[in-house]
Parts: sequence; C-alpha cells; structure tokens
Amino acid sequence: MKTIKVGLGTCGVSAGGEKTYEAIKDEIEKQNIQVMLRETGCNGMCYREPLMEVIDEQNHAFVYGEVTPEKAKRIMTEHILAGKPVSEWIVQSGVPSEDDSFFKKQNRIVLRNCGIIDPNSIDEYIAAGGYQAIQKVLREYTPEDVIDVITRSGLRGRGGGGFLSGVKWKFCRQAEGRKKYIICNADEGDPGAFMDRSTLESDPHSVLEGMMICAYAIGAEDGYIYCRAEYPKAVQRLKDSIRRALGKGFLGKNIFGSNVNFSIKIKEGAGAFVCGEETALIASIEGKRGMPRFRPPFPANKGLWGKPTNINNVETFANVAWIIMNGPEAFAAMGTENSKGTKVFALSGKVARGGLAEVPMGITINEIVYDIGGGIKDGKKFKAVQMGGPSGGSIPASMGDLQIDYQQINKTGAIMGSGGLVVMDETTCMVDMAKFFLRFTQDESCGKCTFCRIGTKRMLEILERITDGNGREGDVELLRDLASQIRNNTICGLGQTAPNPVLTTLKYFPEEYEAHIRDKKCPAHSCSALVTYAIKADACKGCMACAKACPAEAIKGEKKKPHEIDPEKCVKCGKCFETCKFGAVIKD
Amino acid sequence: MYREAALNKFEPEKRNILYILHELQDLNPQHYVAKEDIEAVADYLNVPYSFVHGVATFYTMFSLTPRGRHIIRLCDSPPCHLMGSTSTLDHIRNKLGIEVGQTTPDGAFTLELASCLGVCGIAPAIMINEEMFGKLTPERLDAILDERRNSI
Ligand SMILES: Cc1cc2nc3c(=O)[nH]c(=O)nc-3n(C[C@H](O)[C@H](O)[C@H](O)COP(=O)(O)O)c2cc1C
Ligand code: SF4
Ligand code: SF4
Ligand code: SF4
Ligand code: FES
Ligand code: FES
Repeated sequence: MKTIKVGLGTCGVSAGGEKTYEAIKDEIEKQNIQVMLRETGCNGMCYREPLMEVIDEQNHAFVYGEVTPEKAKRIMTEHILAGKPVSEWIVQSGVPSEDDSFFKKQNRIVLRNCGIIDPNSIDEYIAAGGYQAIQKVLREYTPEDVIDVITRSGLRGRGGGGFLSGVKWKFCRQAEGRKKYIICNADEGDPGAFMDRSTLESDPHSVLEGMMICAYAIGAEDGYIYCRAEYPKAVQRLKDSIRRALGKGFLGKNIFGSNVNFSIKIKEGAGAFVCGEETALIASIEGKRGMPRFRPPFPANKGLWGKPTNINNVETFANVAWIIMNGPEAFAAMGTENSKGTKVFALSGKVARGGLAEVPMGITINEIVYDIGGGIKDGKKFKAVQMGGPSGGSIPASMGDLQIDYQQINKTGAIMGSGGLVVMDETTCMVDMAKFFLRFTQDESCGKCTFCRIGTKRMLEILERITDGNGREGDVELLRDLASQIRNNTICGLGQTAPNPVLTTLKYFPEEYEAHIRDKKCPAHSCSALVTYAIKADACKGCMACAKACPAEAIKGEKKKPHEIDPEKCVKCGKCFETCKFGAVIKD
Repeated sequence: MYREAALNKFEPEKRNILYILHELQDLNPQHYVAKEDIEAVADYLNVPYSFVHGVATFYTMFSLTPRGRHIIRLCDSPPCHLMGSTSTLDHIRNKLGIEVGQTTPDGAFTLELASCLGVCGIAPAIMINEEMFGKLTPERLDAILDERRNSI
C-alpha cells in the first residue's frame, strides 16, 4: 500500500496545508482508495509548502511542492491510482530535480526526524531509534559520564550565547543544594529564527529525551519548558507528547523502570521577547514581570525559586540523544576548531528558497545563500545577510566566503545568535534595515536600564530622521557615541547588543549613511521620502496606464504622447513605476 | 460566572498568574482583561491590584481594552518588512477601515501589530486568533478576511 504524508507544521498549515489534507481525505473516501494518510512536520522547505509526499510500494518517495487541493486531486488520480507520478510538481525524488541542492549540503542531527515521522506518534519516534539514548544512559552511565560525553562533543548552546553545554551542566551538577531544576528555553523570538518552533512541532520527543538526559546528569527531578504563546501548535504538541511519555512510564516516577524521577511542566509566555533572556524567563515562570536581573549569581547557582537551575535552548537539547548514541567523537568530527557539530539555519528575506537547513559548522555564507537557498529571488543581486537577528549584524556579500562558526562571525561584528539568516538584496536599504531591527529592540526593551530604554529611543529617532531625509552632519558620530554608552550601561544582552545592527551597517555600508545624510538620496531607492519619480519622454508610449493608476492625479499627458509627473502632487507611492510596461518611469 | 470558573481551574499560587490571565482573556466575550478581572485575580492570589496590573501590562498579549471576535496580529519584524508587510498592513487598513489598535464597528476584527511570528520562511505573515497565515497576497488576504468576517 502507498503512504501519503502531508506536512502540517505551522508553515504548512499557514500556506494552506490543512485544505490540501482535507482534499486528499475526501478523495480517499469518495473513491474508496486503499492508502495510508499520515500527518508529518516540516522538512524545512518552507518555500514549497504545502508539501505532500507519496511513498509507493517499492518504498520510493516522491515529494510534491505547492500542493493546492486541486493539485492534490490530480496526484491522487494519476499517481496513487494509476501509478504515474505527476513529474512537473515533484520537488524531491530519486530522479534529479532542481530542488536537490537544497538538501545536498545538509547533515541532519537536530532535524533528523523532522518531516519524516508523525510527531503525534511516540511509537514512530521510538521506531526511528528514539528513547534509546536515555535508556543507555540510565543503564550504563553515571551522571558524570554524561557530562563528560557532552563536554567532549564540544556542543555549545544554540540559544545565542554559545556557551559549552557540558561545562554548564557541570556547574549545575556541582552547585550546592538538593533541589535542582532544568528549563528548556522555547521562547524563540529572534526575528528570522524559527528552527525551535519547527523542531518542537515536528519532533517533540527528541527535545523531551534531551531534557531527560540532562536532568539525570544534573540531578533534577523537575523540568520546565517555557514556550512562547505565539506557538500554539508547538505548545499542543508538547502537551500531547508529555502525556504520551507519561503513559509509557518514560516520565514521572521511576522513569524506564529506573530509580530516577523526572517530570516536565509547560509554561506559556505572553508576548515579551525579553523573557527569552534566562533570568527574565525565570522571573516569568515565578509569576512576575519578565525582567532580567544582574548576573552573577548565574542560574546554575541561583535560578528558579532560588535553586540551582540549568537552562538550555530547544536545539541544544535536540542534539543530546544523538551525541549519546553516536558518540562525542562523531559530533566533534564535524565543524571547525571552536564550533563543533551542525547548526540549523533559518533562511528568510530575499532568498529564493526560504526555509530551514541544518549544515555542519564551517560552511560558508555563500554556500548557504546560493547552494541551499538557491540565490536571490527574482535574479536580483545579493547585498548582505543579517545574522543573529536584532542582536547581530549585517555581513556584506563581499564576505560571502566567510566560514560560519562562533569565532568568525563574532569577528565581523555580527553574532551566530540562534541561526537566523535574513538575506537582503540590492533593493534593500541598509539604513532602513538597521532602523527596523532597532525598532524591534526598542519595542521589546523591558525598561529597567535607562540606556536601553532612552538610548535606543534616541538612536531610533536619529535613524528615522536620516531615512526621512532630515539627517544632519554629526548624526553618525552621535549614533556611535550612543551605541557605546548603551553597550556599557545595560545589564542584559538585549540592551548590550541592541546597537549591533547599526554598528555593522555603519562599518560595511558607510556610503549609504552618507548618501542619505549629505545627498538626501537612498541608493537602494527604498526610502520613499528620498525617492523621486520621473518619466523618460523618449521611452514613454503615452499608454496612459500610469495616469490611471496614480492615486494622486499627479500624471498628465495626452494619449500616445509622452506623459509627465508633477512632483508637487506626487505622493511617491510607486504605482506608476510598477504599472509602466515600457520601463519609462524612472526612480531616483 | 466564567470568572470564578477560570480562577478555580488553577491553584491560588502566584506562579499561575499567566495561566489565569490567559484563561480570563480567552473566556471574556470581548477578549480582554477587564478591570474586574484584575481585581478578581488580585483577590484570588492575595496580591496587590498593582502587581496584577503590572504583570498584565508587561506582556503584549494581554489587552486591557475590549477587542473584536477576530484578532489580527500582523508581523512587522524585519524579515516580514523585507517581504512587504507594509503593503499587507495598508491593504488590511483599507479593507477594514481601521487603524492599528482599533476594532471594526461590527466587532468582527481588531488589528494589532506583533513581533516575529516564527514563520519568516513564508513571509509576510499574520496570525488571526490562533491561526497563522503566510505567503500573503492581496487576493489571499481578501479571501481569508471574508471567510472570517461571517464566522463566529
Ligand atoms: C533578549 C534575549 C533573548 C533571548 N531569547 C532566547 C530565546 O528565545 N531562546 C533561547 O534559547 N535563548 C535565548 N536567549 C539566551 C538565553 O538567555 C540563554 O543564554 C539560553 O537559553 C541558554 O541556552 P543554551 O546554552 O542552550 O544556548 C536570549 C537572551 C537574551 C539576552
Ligand atoms: S538591557 Fe534593556 S531589556 Fe535588558 S534589563 Fe536593561 S532595560 Fe531591560
Ligand atoms: S509615485 Fe504614485 S503618486 Fe507619484 S506619480 Fe507615481 S503613481 Fe502618482
Ligand atoms: S505607463 Fe509608461 S508608457 Fe504608459 S503613459 Fe505611463 S510612462 Fe508612458
Ligand atoms: S516548513 Fe515548517 S518550518 Fe517552514
Ligand atoms: S519576521 Fe514575520 S514571521 Fe518572522
């Protein structure tokens, strides 16, 4: 019998996956087709969602992309019933296709089961080798052995800081006190990062298993998962998965028949980015406003309810079981000198293929953007990539050969962060981008530190006036000055890193700031206040299309005669530019 | 009364405050945390009114003003901005005749801005109540909003 899988992660659903699923189910019932219909998570090809996979009797897999309900019906008739794959919609199969390069350089550890197993089935996770690592640990390893293995693997925290996980576990293990906690940080809020959501939705048990192993290593009986409330599907998956694990005796008292107890509770956030910071997260679990506090003391010594607490990110935990099963050497064999293993990157922005890719550390920016991401959308030119979200920075295309690891990225002024890669093309204004990232941080500041609250606001005002065409001489110096004050006078990472997007764009694209401030021009033609529209008389055919489209009645001209724009009336909406089929409207 | 039922679902412990506020807001016919809700929570947890108010205002998902049946949260974080969230916003504002923070007169929609919704690979994106929508075009938006306007 054939099997059909439909990707119903949030990406799949928001692109219309549920309608596709329903259409398939309808066909099955209407035509009484003998086939297995399953749900799965994300395979990472967000750009091709909704995705439908057909696995035939010979175990050949065919993945179809952008499957609307109509397309699904044809696939049912031709492939499922008549056995003839609909080749023009296939994005992955045994036969080479243009999408193959999306997977070629990937090496999936964290995403090992994503898009393959049904996340609602604990048995499928077990059949894929799941819950072997925790049993091996309980049987054969002392807690110290586990810590030693994780340390030797070189695994570093994937939540942003990049701290060595084994060392962190050891601190918490050695901390004074009987009662200890572990927390999984699933508050993912970096704009451009969505690997944690995808992992939780597609393979929740891999995260639970990582937590179990960590709890054993540290000596904690209680764990929390702090998940942002904007991820209702992930929260539901976690609740269901915890219930299933409890049912099998994998959680609760005497897990797997051992003398170890471990239970997990879920806490939902309520829309505050700063709660991803570990001390704010702890305050939020305790029922307070989620405000960071000064460290030290670190959570490893004084965390949740004052007890030693180990916090790790979702992706960090999802690596753990694999490391136990495959050995620390196998993990450390991948990557670079200081950054071992793989990293999941989230591709978004102007890249042709937005999605999730897991690659060995040390891959270059160009390999990700071109080989995996398929280059830039609509044949435009690659300009820069923002790494590390609002805490990171823009790295110019000219540095595309840079090998991605913690050290190399830090040298550029950006950071690895959680692995968001926001791709920008020639039409992106770097000043505008820096402004948008800063606006994000300014919005999300908890307000505790004056320099974070007021300083970012001042910087934002300056960027706003620059992009509005009112920039002044000295603004760049003012930005730099404020940046260093904010960096040095704030207590958490949010404030300390807030200036990075501005500082990196100043470093790599100083001429764009100059052009805005001095010449009142936006080189990318993106800041509307600085753009002017005009019609090239010799190219204009007098078709009148632009005049009809103009909402301000700013375009005059007779039929078949060159038209003209009245700059006084023009509201710079760009409609004429989009409308003209003859390229007669020019933007400057 | 839904308020009492919501409270009684949780132990009267401070650590439950976010659960309780979420629950009260979900059950409130106007999808917000009313002054009476805050008073009830303060009583239940035996903490000052100002504490509960402080928590409710700290987190952006709690609204202290009444809202419509469908809460549209439009992502205006940088990756969505790059992919045209400004035009998405304009389209919704024009179609519904409301600005950010407002509710349509028929009580069907409230329009809010949100930080990254975690579906940047299919930007621009919006969330309506608990449902996410991506790869938005004007046509897709129209279909989504029309379908929802008439549903409860
Ligand atoms: C403003 C801010 C937001 C953060 N958001 C997250 C987050 O959403 N997820 C996360 O895992 N770590 C986040 N972190 C980092 C955490 O404080 C912490 O370092 C991390 O969870 C540790 O896990 P790891 O060692 O596995 O990376 C954030 C830090 C700051 C300063
Ligand atoms: S740096 Fe900003 S976000 Fe962090 S504690 Fe200070 S004010 Fe709050
Ligand atoms: S940019 Fe807009 S307002 Fe200006 S001329 Fe063109 S269509 Fe008219
Ligand atoms: S649309 Fe182009 S060709 Fe037609 S009138 Fe306008 S500028 Fe001229
Ligand atoms: S396909 Fe789910 S992350 Fe995009
Ligand atoms: S930036 Fe809009 S969903 Fe991430």
